[in-house]
Amino acid sequence: MLIEAIIFFLGLAIVFYVLFGGADFGAGVLELISGKGDRETIAHAIGPVWEANHVWLILVVVILFMGFPKIYSTMSLYLHIPLLIMLIGIVFRGTAFAFMHYDAIQGKSNKVYNWVFKTSSLITPLFLGIVIGAVVLGKITASPQTFFEGFVAPWLNLFSFTVGLFTLILFAFLAAVYLIGETTDDKQISSFTTIAKTLNACAVSTGILIFSLAEINGLPLFSMYINSPFAMGMVAFASLSIPVLWWALKTERKILSRVVAAGQVISILLAWFWVQMPVVIRMAGNTQDLTFYNSVAPDATLWQLFWALVVGSCIILPSLYYLMKVFKGDQFDPQN
Amino acid sequence: MEDLLAARLQMAVSLGFHIVFACIGMAMPFLMAIAEYKWIRTGEQVYLDLAKAWAKGVAIFFATGAVSGTVLSFELGLLWPTFMEHAGPIFGMPFSWEGTAFFVEAIALGLFLYGWDKLKPWTHWVTGLVVGISGVASGIFVVAANAWMNSPAGFDWVNGQAINIDPVAAMFNDAWLSQSIHMTIAAFVATGFAVAGLHALLLLKGGNNRFHRKALKIALAIGAVAAILQPISGDFSAKDVADRQPAKLAAMEGQFETKQPAGLSIFGIPNEETREMNYAIEIPGLLSFLAHGDFDAEVIGLDQFPEDEWPPVLITHIAFQIMVACGFLMMFVGLIYFYLIWRRKGLPLPRWFLWLTGICTPLGFIAVEAGWTVTEVGRQPWIIYGIMKTEDAVSSMPGLQYPFFIFTGVYLLLSVIVIWLMYRQIITLADRYETAKPLRNP
Repeated sequence: MLIEAIIFFLGLAIVFYVLFGGADFGAGVLELISGKGDRETIAHAIGPVWEANHVWLILVVVILFMGFPKIYSTMSLYLHIPLLIMLIGIVFRGTAFAFMHYDAIQGKSNKVYNWVFKTSSLITPLFLGIVIGAVVLGKITASPQTFFEGFVAPWLNLFSFTVGLFTLILFAFLAAVYLIGETTDDKQISSFTTIAKTLNACAVSTGILIFSLAEINGLPLFSMYINSPFAMGMVAFASLSIPVLWWALKTERKILSRVVAAGQVISILLAWFWVQMPVVIRMAGNTQDLTFYNSVAPDATLWQLFWALVVGSCIILPSLYYLMKVFKGDQFDPQN
Repeated sequence: MEDLLAARLQMAVSLGFHIVFACIGMAMPFLMAIAEYKWIRTGEQVYLDLAKAWAKGVAIFFATGAVSGTVLSFELGLLWPTFMEHAGPIFGMPFSWEGTAFFVEAIALGLFLYGWDKLKPWTHWVTGLVVGISGVASGIFVVAANAWMNSPAGFDWVNGQAINIDPVAAMFNDAWLSQSIHMTIAAFVATGFAVAGLHALLLLKGGNNRFHRKALKIALAIGAVAAILQPISGDFSAKDVADRQPAKLAAMEGQFETKQPAGLSIFGIPNEETREMNYAIEIPGLLSFLAHGDFDAEVIGLDQFPEDEWPPVLITHIAFQIMVACGFLMMFVGLIYFYLIWRRKGLPLPRWFLWLTGICTPLGFIAVEAGWTVTEVGRQPWIIYGIMKTEDAVSSMPGLQYPFFIFTGVYLLLSVIVIWLMYRQIITLADRYETAKPLRNP
């Protein structure tokens, strides 16, 4: 039960990172797609909350290296390159965003920050997704013969890249739906609505592409989903809620559309967790896959981690709620 | 470049970069809290302006520190996967608490930076205080984890595997307290003096301006108190290192031979080839006293250790001398400051003292960097002291020099930009406050 509790927290941290941090990245991507006029809205929307949104990733890392050290070390070793690129994206994105707002002289330099902000908003989720794709695909080998086989091939492939693209689309989709509620400008609302719908459709087609590519690569992803009633239920929810989302968007039900969009993303994540469980890193050849159970830290460590997570949640969740209430409270006002 | 060297340099660059921002994140919120407190109490606009001006700087530093900290949490694995595989479950506990502390810090900072108009004054003030408290807590947790590398505890090492893991014992290892205290005080010294120094220089440049005078007063009071306390904590740390890591102490002091009593070498250049300390001023018996509280105590030299277990003596010794020299200089400036305000009640500080304070601007951070060099280089060749060597922990991915070059480039670029941004903050500040009424010189 203890391991499952830790896995629960890990899943929770990933879900929160995607829902909040992911949408932050997505907002940067939207700036790239849409016009300049949205910059203000986006900056206003993510300003107060964005630092907090990104701490979820640190939580994921800490849970991994404390609770499942073998998983952390294996990923760090064989996926060094995509993780490195992702980190550079995180560094540039975070700093460019802060510089954009706190440069004492708002002038030409802002164009540079903004360009860096947008580009790194694109690169970071792409490579985050590539890492996830590499972990799922199972090309990581414990005894690589060449540099390419060991450190490049596991992630530099069409499957991982498509998962990266899927991640990017999901993040941008979330951002588009969230941002509808951040503005009162009709033009912006209709532009975000169109983008949200388009991305929603893109997500579905990229998802189908991922399944096809998995089959080509010898990963029976399709049958893994079919054989899991829970995963199928989640997929069914995600699919059947699409018309609800479109209707909510059309009738400008801002809160409902946010809830449905977040729900879709959560169900995609949960379905993935479920078919993947308990495997975390699928390994190539005869090497045993890394599961939560064969890479877990001793009980004494898990207990400490558990208590830190429980106490931490009791502190963090109410504080986050307060933060959201102060800055986003008016959006959830039924009057709006 | 050898992979091990590249990995060590990358770690050094990343930590050396991050530590500056971490220190500012620990101390700066308290400076802002004092300014804001004075504003709420007195209603004087200058204090609100001060708190807001500082907050703008903090936002830039915090963002940079947050991302460089995120990078470090990954780099531990990217560069030292073998170390993390063994050490993660043992010393992960302080990191798990650090996660919470950092989270609270980020939330409170969002409220503080964007909540000036949304929160009640005292509520807003409390959020600033929470930023500072959680920042200090974060720092202490991270240092406790580092202390574990110097003073491994909470496990048994059997055939290259850790068994009987006790994360609580690991967190509260023998070094955690002395290292945490020293680092926390250092953050306040460095930040206090850097801020005070900048405002002193601006006072010299821009005349007698109320804004900078208030700023100087707050920052220097914090920096001076911390600088006066720091040697006490340093002494505590030295005695601790002498007990736990005699090789590190020997390298810090360039002590090649075991001596009883041992003299303290000031300055000097240790020569590892000839095992001699050249050009040093030696004070007889003082090292024995500093290390063990007894002028006649024996101090273990490097001769007690096989040469392949020596830390790099030259770097450790020079870094230690730099840290101590900077520390003492700031302590004296702090003492002079308190003397001046005691003797010259209410009078403006003399120009020569402003110059002295201005010179101190970078000293605290130089001392912080030097101190970390002592801690980290002085622990070599071990990554976990006495248990695992650094060379056995490094990533097996070839070509580690490329990530090193990339990160060095990125951090250099960011350093330049942050300095440039601070310069821009300062010139706009001058624009805003030169018109402020100068305080009459009575």
